Amino acid sequence: MTIVNVILQGVLLGGLYALYAVGLSLIFGVMRIVNLAHGDLSILAAFISLLIVDTIGLNPLLALVAVIPLMFVVGYVLQLGILNFTLSSDEMRPILVTFGMSIILQNALLETFTADSQGLDAGPVENASVTLTSNLAIGWFPLIIMVAAVVVITGLNFFLTRTQLGRAFRATSDDQEAARLMGVNNRRVYGLAMGISLGIVALAGVVMGIRTTFDPLTGPLRLIFAYETVIIGGLGSSWGTLIGGVILGVAQALGAYASPGWGILAGHLVFLAVLAFRPQGLLPKTAEI
Amino acid sequence: MSSERFSVIKATGGNRIALAIAAAAAVVLFTVPFWTDQSTPRTLVTLLTLIAISQMWNLLGGYAGLVSVGQQGYLGLGAYGLWFFADRLGVHPFLSVGLAALLAGAISIPTAGLVFRLRGGYFAIGTWVTAEVFRLLVANIRETGGGSGITITSVAQMGTGTRMMGTYWLALLVAVGTVVVVYLLLRSRLGLALTAIRDNESAVESLGINVFRAKLWAYIISAVGTGAAGAIIYLNLLRVQPSAAFGISWTAIMIFAVVIGGMGTIEGPIIGAFLFFVLQETMAEYGTWYLITLGILAVAVTVRFPAGIWGTVNERWSLSLFPVRRILRMEEGWSSASGDLPRDRGSNV
Repeated sequence: MTIVNVILQGVLLGGLYALYAVGLSLIFGVMRIVNLAHGDLSILAAFISLLIVDTIGLNPLLALVAVIPLMFVVGYVLQLGILNFTLSSDEMRPILVTFGMSIILQNALLETFTADSQGLDAGPVENASVTLTSNLAIGWFPLIIMVAAVVVITGLNFFLTRTQLGRAFRATSDDQEAARLMGVNNRRVYGLAMGISLGIVALAGVVMGIRTTFDPLTGPLRLIFAYETVIIGGLGSSWGTLIGGVILGVAQALGAYASPGWGILAGHLVFLAVLAFRPQGLLPKTAEI
Repeated sequence: MSSERFSVIKATGGNRIALAIAAAAAVVLFTVPFWTDQSTPRTLVTLLTLIAISQMWNLLGGYAGLVSVGQQGYLGLGAYGLWFFADRLGVHPFLSVGLAALLAGAISIPTAGLVFRLRGGYFAIGTWVTAEVFRLLVANIRETGGGSGITITSVAQMGTGTRMMGTYWLALLVAVGTVVVVYLLLRSRLGLALTAIRDNESAVESLGINVFRAKLWAYIISAVGTGAAGAIIYLNLLRVQPSAAFGISWTAIMIFAVVIGGMGTIEGPIIGAFLFFVLQETMAEYGTWYLITLGILAVAVTVRFPAGIWGTVNERWSLSLFPVRRILRMEEGWSSASGDLPRDRGSNV
């Protein structure tokens, strides 16, 4: 039964990775940028949450009401203030700029908060669990994260397919020149897309901060998990990210079960195997977001 | 188009003088251990290895259009390769540096087979994952001391004088070697293919050039050079740890140096590495602020002056110490394409 338990934990971990991945996937879909600072921005959100928790003693889950809008604004400003200037024919510039932002953010957080590991305390919900059988239990919190991931993906799909702004997003993704001719303000669309991406990553960063510890240098690993989730699931497919997340989560859980040091490595190896044998991912849908 | 109406110039008189000065500087650097105290060569090893790794990143990012953020993987493999050949197999440490570089190059071939399936930003993170895989594999092997690292005993047991001088000359060899290799490579057919790929990949492919092979060569050469530099860095440091040797900071240094100095120029990485070195030495007591400063500078340069320091100099004054461009020189009476000619037209041959 232990192995079933391990797999179940891995599946639920997949929900968290999907939350990380949809934000990355969204901005790649809309403006073909891969944000290398994605993971570090999630750590920034976790530290902002930590500050709120420490100063006014709010539960980090309630603090999300402030952290998510704040990160949305950070994304919008970052896009209009810096990233929009790198969107030319040269695809290298956004990579270099977001990589630079990643290193700046890591070291600025390191100077501000030291290298100590931090954790967010959400109270009893963190450890509560439902007992399925005598030796099989599911934690409430991982289950809530999984539900949150499904809600976010459903909501994002609804937004992209059913609303006018969502149509503008998809139009810009398909052909930015044509979208501009139809009166879409590209730069604003990009700003909103980055804002939404960081809003989602704020949620991911805070819930991951509740589940495990974090420090200023854990950002790159979060980026890598998000990225592996996207590639395993198939570029551009939002439900694919959920499948990718689950596969990555299960691989890590099984790896760690086999030997404590092998969890993350097992995830990397599954990713490399997908790259070798099915580079298009499991549910490819590159044409749309 | 008859061939006698134009000629292709690869160097001008000014270029040759600059090359002679560079060669003279290399000779002076060679003699440094004879007329300075022991700490100077040791400090210069840092600068020289920085030049080498930046030059190697520039070959990828500046010429082949491959933005890798996983070059720390090859630096770490070079470091652990040194330990493996010197301590485990008993090869002389200086010879082990070369073997470690070749090991990094050999591992880069299958790695390229995987990461070359990805493009742009996804390629970048893909290379990062491979570096992480190397790090985790090394950290999980008990013989390498795992996560806490290992001291390279055969190097530690060498006489200090021999070790310092040998390390210094090896560092000089690798720094000069990477510059010379990139220079000669770019003046060859492969170099022409690489720069063309960077500018327009599909156009190059349609001309029948094997894009994959050209990029693969750049990737392998870069891995070999970075691995050699990694081995030399740890000849100097003696103790190697996975988190440090495979740290992302190495690639941050390479990218910042290249971007600030001038991407796609041979001079740029040298200037950038020098700038980095000076900042690191002067701001050492302020934690990682030098890295933050350089990061902000690199982002600002990418947004506002994508050509970097040397690229901007080059645009303004057409100055090039290591000429790798081909200048088309038209004969008298040939005017149809003169509007597109570079400013260098008519510069002395």
